[in-house]
Amino acid sequence: MLLAILLLVSPARAQDAFTAALPGLAGGFGQIAEAVEKLGASADPRALPLLQALQEGRLLKREDGTLLLQTDAGTSEVPTGRPAEAGDAEAVRVNNRVRGALRGALGSLQILSTNPEERLKAAEDVFRSRSAQNIAPLEAALARETIPAIRAQLELSLAASRLASPDNAVRLQGINALAEVTDQNARALLLETKAQAPDLARQIDGAVAKIEGRLKVRQMVETFFQGLSLGSVLLLAALGLAVTFGVMGVINMAHGEMVMLGAYATYMVQEALSGTALAPFALPLAIPAAFLLAAAVGAVLERGLIRYLYGRPLETLLMTFGVGMILQQAVRLIFGAQNREVVSPAWMQGTLTLGGLSLTANRVWIIVFGLLVLGLVVAAIRYTRFGLEMRAVVQNRRIAATMGIRTGRVDALTFAFGSGIAGMAGVALSQIDNVSPNLGTGYIIDSFMVVVFGGVGSLAGTLVGALTLGVLNKVMEPYAGAVLAKVVVLVGIMLFIQRRPRGMFALKGRAAEA
Amino acid sequence: MSATTATLPAQPRVTLRLVLWGAVLVLALIPLLNQLPETSALHVGDFIVSITGKWITYAILALAIDLAWGYTGILSLGHGAFFALGGYAMGMHLMRLIGPRGAYGHPTLPDFMVFLGYPELPWYWLGFDMFPYAFFMALFIPGLLALIVGYLAFRSRITGVYLSILTQALTYALMLAFFRNDMGFGGNNGFTDFKELLGMALTTPLARAVLFYASLVALVGSYWICTRISVSKLGRVLVAIRDAESRVRFLGYSTTQVKLFVFVISAVLAGLAGALYVPQVGIINPGEFSPGNSIEAVIWVAVGGRGTLVGAVVGAFSVNALKTWLTTAAPDLWLFALGGLFVAVTLFLPRGLVGLFSRKVEK
Repeated sequence: MLLAILLLVSPARAQDAFTAALPGLAGGFGQIAEAVEKLGASADPRALPLLQALQEGRLLKREDGTLLLQTDAGTSEVPTGRPAEAGDAEAVRVNNRVRGALRGALGSLQILSTNPEERLKAAEDVFRSRSAQNIAPLEAALARETIPAIRAQLELSLAASRLASPDNAVRLQGINALAEVTDQNARALLLETKAQAPDLARQIDGAVAKIEGRLKVRQMVETFFQGLSLGSVLLLAALGLAVTFGVMGVINMAHGEMVMLGAYATYMVQEALSGTALAPFALPLAIPAAFLLAAAVGAVLERGLIRYLYGRPLETLLMTFGVGMILQQAVRLIFGAQNREVVSPAWMQGTLTLGGLSLTANRVWIIVFGLLVLGLVVAAIRYTRFGLEMRAVVQNRRIAATMGIRTGRVDALTFAFGSGIAGMAGVALSQIDNVSPNLGTGYIIDSFMVVVFGGVGSLAGTLVGALTLGVLNKVMEPYAGAVLAKVVVLVGIMLFIQRRPRGMFALKGRAAEA
Repeated sequence: MSATTATLPAQPRVTLRLVLWGAVLVLALIPLLNQLPETSALHVGDFIVSITGKWITYAILALAIDLAWGYTGILSLGHGAFFALGGYAMGMHLMRLIGPRGAYGHPTLPDFMVFLGYPELPWYWLGFDMFPYAFFMALFIPGLLALIVGYLAFRSRITGVYLSILTQALTYALMLAFFRNDMGFGGNNGFTDFKELLGMALTTPLARAVLFYASLVALVGSYWICTRISVSKLGRVLVAIRDAESRVRFLGYSTTQVKLFVFVISAVLAGLAGALYVPQVGIINPGEFSPGNSIEAVIWVAVGGRGTLVGAVVGAFSVNALKTWLTTAAPDLWLFALGGLFVAVTLFLPRGLVGLFSRKVEK
């Protein structure tokens, strides 16, 4: 690889450049900076250790101007490499200007490194230093680079370096290259250059406009993604409610606590499996565990308490609120009031890059999970015997009973099912929120809003409602701030129910008046 | 729609009236007994005076909720918002009265505004230095909010749990809004460090006694108003709306107007309670808007016995007495007890404590 670079840049010239630049290092700050830039452009293999030494204060200078290089192995003279005594030699001092030059020079030397990570970092450094000296090494590096991400950064750095050139033709090349990049830094750089090159102002304005247009589109896509992500969180939290409240008409204020129990189930599964071979699969395994725990609590709640209050929604509301309080306090006493840590598995960490967009991996997974759970609920209601019985009981309890359906059992199962879904939502929330006893309280009002907005009893409404509210929240956030956006959405919903009191996807006919 | 049985509000019977006036008399004695020397056996500590004063304002809030829920079937889970708004209006007055005695010594701006760099008083703070205006606003703002929300909700026939969720969202939204610093209401910290009211330093026994009696008078007045409403023809319509709203509407009553009237009166009473509450506890912050507070107030009414005005008052006093005792004796148990109250009252005591003693046989 080194051979390739030596073929591109004539070896003899490189030798000359290296030795020619050396005396400058013994001079004043201005001379040092100049020498550093020259060394950086030399692409000479000996320049890198020298400049690193300068950066770390290991380059010494004798009174007579001889340079000494201090390494772990000992002190040696530059450029001959003869061993020498440090004696009264002083370290070559650097100021900010030299440091800036160093960063660029080191960068342009390190872009030849065999380590891709170092190359990428070096390319970024060169971008920041912005010196016309770097054009040649960057072009050389670009010619051999194969990794797309590094190529992109190199091109950006090259364009930036070209802008620093005194030659307008070269600058124009840089401007045209930057115009194709969707990057905030490129825009800032162009605007900076505009002040220095007034005769290129028209071209620069054109390039900036292009970049801004694309940045705007990207930002819109990103906002939309964030909205979808928030929407899928709301969807997960509201789906269980869509079953218990929407289908059964039971208003369960302890729903948020079911979500909380699901999150704690995730924590318990993680703790139980830690150290075993199953530890990496703790999160997928927590999904059924959370479902079962929340479903069991839901079944007990329905059989033990709620069924005595059917037909009295306000009492149910108060009673379940009390149950929620008790559950919260019980969890607080068992696990403590502080947050519990749930670790994200490796495949959920980091970011996914998708055509220039960077998306947080766990957010993407939550969107996927939300849709999966929605599919599961729809399938369970549509295609299973339990779903059929459930729909029958909702439509006409007494006729369903005469058909041999055990309505009490169906009630308990439906409520358990809704609670279980809330538990699964808890698994997802444990990845993005603090697992604490009052985890659920933050979601309960939003969930009800989703169900009411979407239309009680309609799963499609829940989906559309959740995503709409999520996106609306995120779209408004930059203008109004997170809190005000929430307030505006709440007020918006209140006004919306004026027009459509039964939500977007209202049930028609007699069932609606139940 | 909320209650299964239609309990018509009976005229307070003579014995009940005697018991009530007796209770008022006992309460009225509290600040007087506080003046006795500490050695006296009948001496009542400062703590009792301040806490009873607080409970009296809670009882007014409970009456307000009972009028809406117990009589008309409007279960508002946002009455804490009206209470807090009344409190904030009074708090603004108290803040203005601090004047140059604040930590920053600014002649007109309250401390938090100096701290946040307000150049001058925001327009909505003007006039709050005058007590009558502030007191009027403490009643007017909650009433106005109830009018708007109630109009929107009742007009489109949002009833039952939908209304409950809507009002809960309302108080939640207000809480979020008041937490913001740029609302000009002190953000997170709210208002505190009050100095005086109507020329009395708030820490003096005189001011405490005056506030106590003012609250007591307000409670008796609220009770009287609620009684007048409940025994009137309008009161019958209220109960009818609670039990069969559609039927009342088909009979030609404008249920929207009737409900709106009750809702606004109820909000004004809640605002009055808040306005009396703040100078006694010496602080108001956005936490008062939290949905939990509103629903806790609802449970006072449920415990005491909804649909009876005595019940609301009894509930407010008894639940808060329990809370004061339990939060010091066994703090971990209080939330279990409160949650348990929700469950027990709805399942076993639909008529509340008052129902236990009422000799009237149902049906």
